[in-house]
Amino acid sequence: MTQAITAHERDAVPEVTRLATGERGGAPGITSEADRPPDPQELRDDQVDGPELTARLAKTWGTEKGLIGALSTVDHKVIGRRFIVTAIIFLFLGGLSAVVMRLQLAQPENNLVGPDLYNQLFTMHGVTMMFLFGVPIGEAFAVYLVPLMVGTRNIGFPRLNAFSYYVYLFGGLMIWVAFMRNIGPDVGWFAYVPLSGPEFSPGKRADVWAQMITFTEVSGIAIAISTVVTAFKLRAPGMTLDRIPLFVWAELVNSFVIIFALPAVVTASAFLLMDRLIGTHIFNPAEGGDALLYQHLFWFFGHPEVYIIFLPATGWVSAIVVTFARRQVFGYIPLVLSLIATGFLSFGLWVHHMFTTGLPQLGASFFTASSMLIAIPNGIQIFCWIATLWDGRPVFRAPLLFVIGFFFIFVAGGLSGIMLASVPLDTQVHDTFFVVAHFHYVLIGGNVFPLIGAIYYWFPKFTGRMMSERLGKWHFGLAFIGFNVAFFPMHITGLMGMPRRVYTYMPEMGWANLNMISTIGAVLFFGSFLLFLHNIVASARRGALAGPNPWNAGTLEWAAASPPMPQNFDRIPVVTNREPLWAHRDTLPVVAGLSVENREQIVSTVTAGRADLRETTPEPSIWPFLTAIATTILFIGSMFTPWAFVWGTPPLALALIGWFWPKPSTEDEK
Amino acid sequence: MTIDSVQPRREGALPPHRVVLNARSMPAYAYGHRSPIWWGTVGFAAAEGMGFALAIGAYFYLVFINGNWPLSAPPPDLFWSGLFTIVMLASAWPNSLAKRNGEREDLVRSRRDLVIMSLVGLVLLGIRVMEFTGLHVRWDQNAYGSILWVLLGLHTLHLVTDLGDTIVLTVLMFTRHGHGKRFSDVGDNAFYWYFVIASWVPIYLIIYWFPRWW
Ligand code: HEM
Ligand SMILES: [Cu+2]
Repeated sequence: MTQAITAHERDAVPEVTRLATGERGGAPGITSEADRPPDPQELRDDQVDGPELTARLAKTWGTEKGLIGALSTVDHKVIGRRFIVTAIIFLFLGGLSAVVMRLQLAQPENNLVGPDLYNQLFTMHGVTMMFLFGVPIGEAFAVYLVPLMVGTRNIGFPRLNAFSYYVYLFGGLMIWVAFMRNIGPDVGWFAYVPLSGPEFSPGKRADVWAQMITFTEVSGIAIAISTVVTAFKLRAPGMTLDRIPLFVWAELVNSFVIIFALPAVVTASAFLLMDRLIGTHIFNPAEGGDALLYQHLFWFFGHPEVYIIFLPATGWVSAIVVTFARRQVFGYIPLVLSLIATGFLSFGLWVHHMFTTGLPQLGASFFTASSMLIAIPNGIQIFCWIATLWDGRPVFRAPLLFVIGFFFIFVAGGLSGIMLASVPLDTQVHDTFFVVAHFHYVLIGGNVFPLIGAIYYWFPKFTGRMMSERLGKWHFGLAFIGFNVAFFPMHITGLMGMPRRVYTYMPEMGWANLNMISTIGAVLFFGSFLLFLHNIVASARRGALAGPNPWNAGTLEWAAASPPMPQNFDRIPVVTNREPLWAHRDTLPVVAGLSVENREQIVSTVTAGRADLRETTPEPSIWPFLTAIATTILFIGSMFTPWAFVWGTPPLALALIGWFWPKPSTEDEK
Repeated sequence: MTIDSVQPRREGALPPHRVVLNARSMPAYAYGHRSPIWWGTVGFAAAEGMGFALAIGAYFYLVFINGNWPLSAPPPDLFWSGLFTIVMLASAWPNSLAKRNGEREDLVRSRRDLVIMSLVGLVLLGIRVMEFTGLHVRWDQNAYGSILWVLLGLHTLHLVTDLGDTIVLTVLMFTRHGHGKRFSDVGDNAFYWYFVIASWVPIYLIIYWFPRWW
């Protein structure tokens, strides 16, 4: 239930023992260097204040100018910004390939693109949307926002974070360059064997798909781990588990799902590469292997993947709903529990993608039941959001409009999902456009609409300027109409029997009109993105200045400047409420005593969020970038010869040593 | 709680600070679960453990599909693998010493333990090479050979990674950097080695004993 907070409770900062552990660092009975009093020469933030403190910290935490500086940065905001922009560029590339497909399908027997290019187009579209946009966009927001929201100065493992970004970027570049050189994958986004195996896909196309998986998943797992550690260990003092912002909870559960789901697709793609390149037989039935094993491994990842795309969106929605309803969220605990339940349940569903493969009856029934079960936590979440809006005083600004669009579209997608969970129906419409309609309702409703809302919402934080509200409303109208015009008719074309992944169809099938409507809708929808792009570019240059907290929101990222200074906060905040800035409107309770000259931040305890250590975090370094280059060389080389593991490893090892070897100048060594 | 003013505070300066806690006397690092690195190591162990679990799952899936096992090859030899297992399990002892002496910030003993662990790792790697010669099947012969090589290869990859890490850390501890937070790194390195040991036990049983029992 919601809490009414009395004025007294709002300001009460608990006694120091509840905010800090007061424990020593060394083992009992040992004089440890950890407990040495800080160097008295070193300037600390209880000795300076105001603009001088801000300026000095900005120097300590800043990113150097120039190319080397830019490639060495470990600032989570700089990396996060690049990450978000890169993921959105991939969204546009994926969208462009979709528009080309839609133009081809607009009329029967059209010959804008041939079958071979069409195969590459839908594969590139699916791959780009799922691996280069869908998973990374959620993580990118985590990289930027989680440290700010938990009130710290940098992400846990900042160098790993930088490395992960470059690996992701290089993986994405590799597959798009391959596509432009006509070796883009053409086996669908899930690259089923035997089609993608050595026998039916000679050449390099399927290898490019498989190695892109390695790139993106290495990056994805590493960021998930950084995010978990940030949310567990770097929270501001006083941020107990039940004061963690819902967005951070969503990213936390998402990271756990990533850590346990992504290894499955890496395993699948690694086995595929080995079958293709060194002659193993894991998926080859002639030598005791099995093709369905691939599907099990893939979907063990593939279904959670849908939630990896959806969970961060629930975080965006929660943040936006609370701010614009102007009240604390209704049902915080049920919301957190549903997030966790969704995370667990997402692993029990994979077989519903394989209903047509001839599974035992009982197994299929089990997976039907669990597929329906997941509607429960999703339903609870939607209920809590609506209750929050209902009981609050909603202000219908652009971010909230997109959230409302999300409610409608996602629920519609959920309904067709419940239909598909029943085996007889799935058998009928499997691999038709009905499925294409379903998953775009879920993916675009569940991820892209909340994402656009999130960009309108946090744009002022990222850039210091507001986006145009007027354009935002037009944008919403165009997107909502365009989307439904494009995708609703696909349900019908699907029921009429039009299969997916066909490059054209005959006029006598009677699908022409519906396809034409879908194409018009797709063009409108794409147009809405161009409007969005215009709004972004124009507002970044000339938008109204935002100030630190333009929406008068309650979470900590709004206690930083817009855009935030390199140090995020001049002093680490102390948290007494789920919406700290609503509880403390006049003065912000803070911790003092951290270094001004070195990168120090507070490490706290996992559940109670009590301050425990003041630990230094890594300085900028070029090595993560060089490591990413060495990794790229090794990965790409190994598509051509297994010897790449031999000649590719020494440079990688060297780069890693450079990365971990302490720099002589650091505080650590004084 | 509802908030009344909906008006954005455009010009709004940041709120002034009220200091309620001082961090000066807090320690600069700590051991085990108090340290973020430990959680990172657990995270990687979880993801890699998942990889092992899936590869093992694939192994049994193939057993189930084929019925007879191993496919047209005798089970792999027990000598080198047995030796490997004994040395591997025994290494838990110097590993625990390394962890403990690290926590005591005892530089001399930590150096000694790390040297021992590096040597143990090298010996294990040598035995592992011999182990590969007694499998009686190639990876490209049939699915049994493939998955066998995958499991052993996967474990070898972890062995090599941790060995590399241990050697670098050992060298580091012999330089002037060998103090302070580095002792905490010694503990985390030891933790990862436990993971390498723990993941070996099921893999050993599956590769070497399961085909004999089936
Ligand atoms: C401009 C918006 C979009 C349009 C017009 C569009 C259109 C299409 C079409 C027509 C197909 C089916 C091609 C075929 O089977 O012949 C398709 C497939 C697909 N789309 Fe989209 N899409 C859009 C956005 C998205 C987004 C945002 C995502 C994910 C986040 C996504 C994920 C997928 C996936 C996974 C496939 C399956 C690819 C495959 O069959 O391997 N799409 N899309
Ligand atoms: Cu699914």
